[in-house]
Amino acid sequence: MELYRAHVLICGGTGCTSSGSQTLIHTFEKELKKQGIENEVKLVKTGCFGLCEAGPIVIVYPEGTFYSHIKVEDISRITEEHLLKGIIVKDLLYKDVIHEDQILPIDEIDFYKKQKRIALKNCGAINPENIEEYIAYDGYKALGKVLTEMTPEDVINTIKKSGLRGRGGGGFPSGIKWEFTYKAEGDIKYVACNADEGDPGAFMDRSVLEGDPHTVLEAMAIAGYAVGSNQGYIYIRAEYPIAVHRLEIAIKQAREYGLLGKNIFGTGFSFDVEIRLGAGAFVCGEETALLNSIEGKRGMPRPRPPFPAIKGLWGKPTLLNNVETYANITQIILNGPEWFASMGTEKSKGTKVFALGGKINNTGLVEIPMGTTLREVIYEIGGGIPNGKKFKAVQTGGPSGGCITAEYLDTPIDYDNLIELGSMMGSGGMIIMDEDNCMVDIARFFLDFTVDESCGKCPPCRIGTKRMLEILEKITSGKGELEDIDKLERLADSIKVSSLCGLGQTAPNPVLSTLRYFRHEYEAHVKEKRCPAGVCKDLLSYNVDSDLCKKCGICAKKCPEGCIDGIKGKEVYKIDTKKCIKCGACMDACPFKAISKK
Amino acid sequence: MMKSLDELAKIREQARKKVDIRDSKHGIKIVVGMDTCGISAGARPVLLELVAEVQKRNLNDVSVVQTGCIGVCRLEPMIEVYKEGEEKVTYVEITAEKARRIIEEHIVNGKIVDEYTIGAIE
Ligand SMILES: Cc1cc2nc3c(=O)[nH]c(=O)nc-3n(C[C@H](O)[C@H](O)[C@H](O)COP(=O)(O)O)c2cc1C
Repeated sequence: MELYRAHVLICGGTGCTSSGSQTLIHTFEKELKKQGIENEVKLVKTGCFGLCEAGPIVIVYPEGTFYSHIKVEDISRITEEHLLKGIIVKDLLYKDVIHEDQILPIDEIDFYKKQKRIALKNCGAINPENIEEYIAYDGYKALGKVLTEMTPEDVINTIKKSGLRGRGGGGFPSGIKWEFTYKAEGDIKYVACNADEGDPGAFMDRSVLEGDPHTVLEAMAIAGYAVGSNQGYIYIRAEYPIAVHRLEIAIKQAREYGLLGKNIFGTGFSFDVEIRLGAGAFVCGEETALLNSIEGKRGMPRPRPPFPAIKGLWGKPTLLNNVETYANITQIILNGPEWFASMGTEKSKGTKVFALGGKINNTGLVEIPMGTTLREVIYEIGGGIPNGKKFKAVQTGGPSGGCITAEYLDTPIDYDNLIELGSMMGSGGMIIMDEDNCMVDIARFFLDFTVDESCGKCPPCRIGTKRMLEILEKITSGKGELEDIDKLERLADSIKVSSLCGLGQTAPNPVLSTLRYFRHEYEAHVKEKRCPAGVCKDLLSYNVDSDLCKKCGICAKKCPEGCIDGIKGKEVYKIDTKKCIKCGACMDACPFKAISKK
Repeated sequence: MMKSLDELAKIREQARKKVDIRDSKHGIKIVVGMDTCGISAGARPVLLELVAEVQKRNLNDVSVVQTGCIGVCRLEPMIEVYKEGEEKVTYVEITAEKARRIIEEHIVNGKIVDEYTIGAIE
């Protein structure tokens, strides 16, 4: 039997992989050999640890030492000092780990302290390409329990009692959806998993699949047993190659172990899973479009009802859940619905994974109990706003959601509270904005996205969002009129009520919510032709403050357009605002902060 | 191809041992001095023996970790045993064989091996 005295865990998620973690693994292999300890120290490539900002991350057990921002040059030191001699390399530790000269365990640092990991339980803890590591942490135990001790009705009741709601955005009670599918008439039924994850800034589902693919397979098998289906499909975008690769390995291993396939555990129940690749269209995350795409048709939505639970894939009853929804299932089965329902708020139980991005110190993946406040997530777990800037708003729900302002930071996060504030939970993207973000520009960004992603089937979405974008562009370029704001609102309202699918129905939300909280910014653009945050280029002009200018000429040298004039040492420099392309190079270059934009 | 829940449980038990090292432990901690002085005096076979013994005996709540120089280089290899509610015990001039005895008598049966402790030698 293999015997290792230390394990070195290296993050192999997409974030750390793109910052070179694969090279780190090779370097470790070489260094361990060089020291002759390759048989004593095991290298484990895991999924995401969550703290992407500090990547690539390396964790050494048994001590649980947390190294961050590791470069190839650092590996020989970790090997020689820590792995060979047992001396922790202090200067490579993650900064928050050292507290009053003591080294804190990982779960006590601010980023992890308030988190509760259920869906991400195994992410960063196991090698996702090794089914035995999954089994070691009670993998496939829930499936065994369900198949040997529970009836389909028991399973459905357990999920209902847990209070679990869909994590794909809508928040529909999962147990009820399972029951609908179970009760639907049909000789053949299907189970499908939505791993499309098209929101800009969202990477929760990708991380679950990269870090713990078996938990989704196991949950789908459990769902298959509950609703009466023998075949599952995972719909995942081809833009997630690492996740696809690990899923393929996981499916292969599960079949080899008899955990997928015919007659699982000798119970007579059979279930298998296939992968279907999507081409990365946002609309294909919408359930009816997704089902069409799996069938090989063009990914366009259709009216509901009938809902997929009644008429789904090839006209058969189909259960569709999101990746993260599935990732909660085994834990609910093993720990009981009461355990799950003990976390969260009255109507939102359990935890939610969020992808923190934008103007935040700890960019990464966090899982928090429902009911945690936005302030806790942004300031305690997220580490606050970089560079001493002021928080302005947080955007949740991606292109379907909205923004929430500072005065609501103490709101407990749950489905209903976020909707009340004009935003929504969405799939879990959380983009933090500071004083340098223009809210009109943010709205324009999201509309630009939805115009691109609208499938074109229904006119309100196809034409309406385009008109909204044109108005927004008019406003950000300084040509807006007051009535444009009213027009935006009217258009938004009619697109919401008349679009065919969720894409169009929610597309105006970023505009409506920024109008709700930041109308004054729209008005500044329109009335004063001014962008208060200094983002919209057409409304900006760069100027040299003649009192501060030291006549050094650095700005003129940096200007790519040659539109700054002056005489070195003699004459204050001046920018020709007509020729200026507003690139900001002069402002960055000026050592005396004499250049400002307005 | 797995056919029964028993087989799954067996795989789990075996697999569990292989990842046990990553769990946070609250029980006994055995620390091995592994600086250059310790290594040249033979600390590595001691460390490996401790790890093997702990795994063989399924001592799930015992962790074996290394540290740098413990301080008395001429008495290396040295190990320290930390047990909740007990004073630290320091053993010196340890060999793989002595390590096995420490596991059996001190860790499993709770009886300090007096003759190997720093007090007995000094
Ligand atoms: C435009 C649009 C995009 C969507 N994208 C996703 C997605 O990427 N992932 C997802 O799980 N659900 C997405 N949904 C929601 C799905 O339609 C569906 O409600 C969900 O997958 C159901 O799973 P759940 O009940 O587990 O949340 C999207 C909906 C719309 C309208």
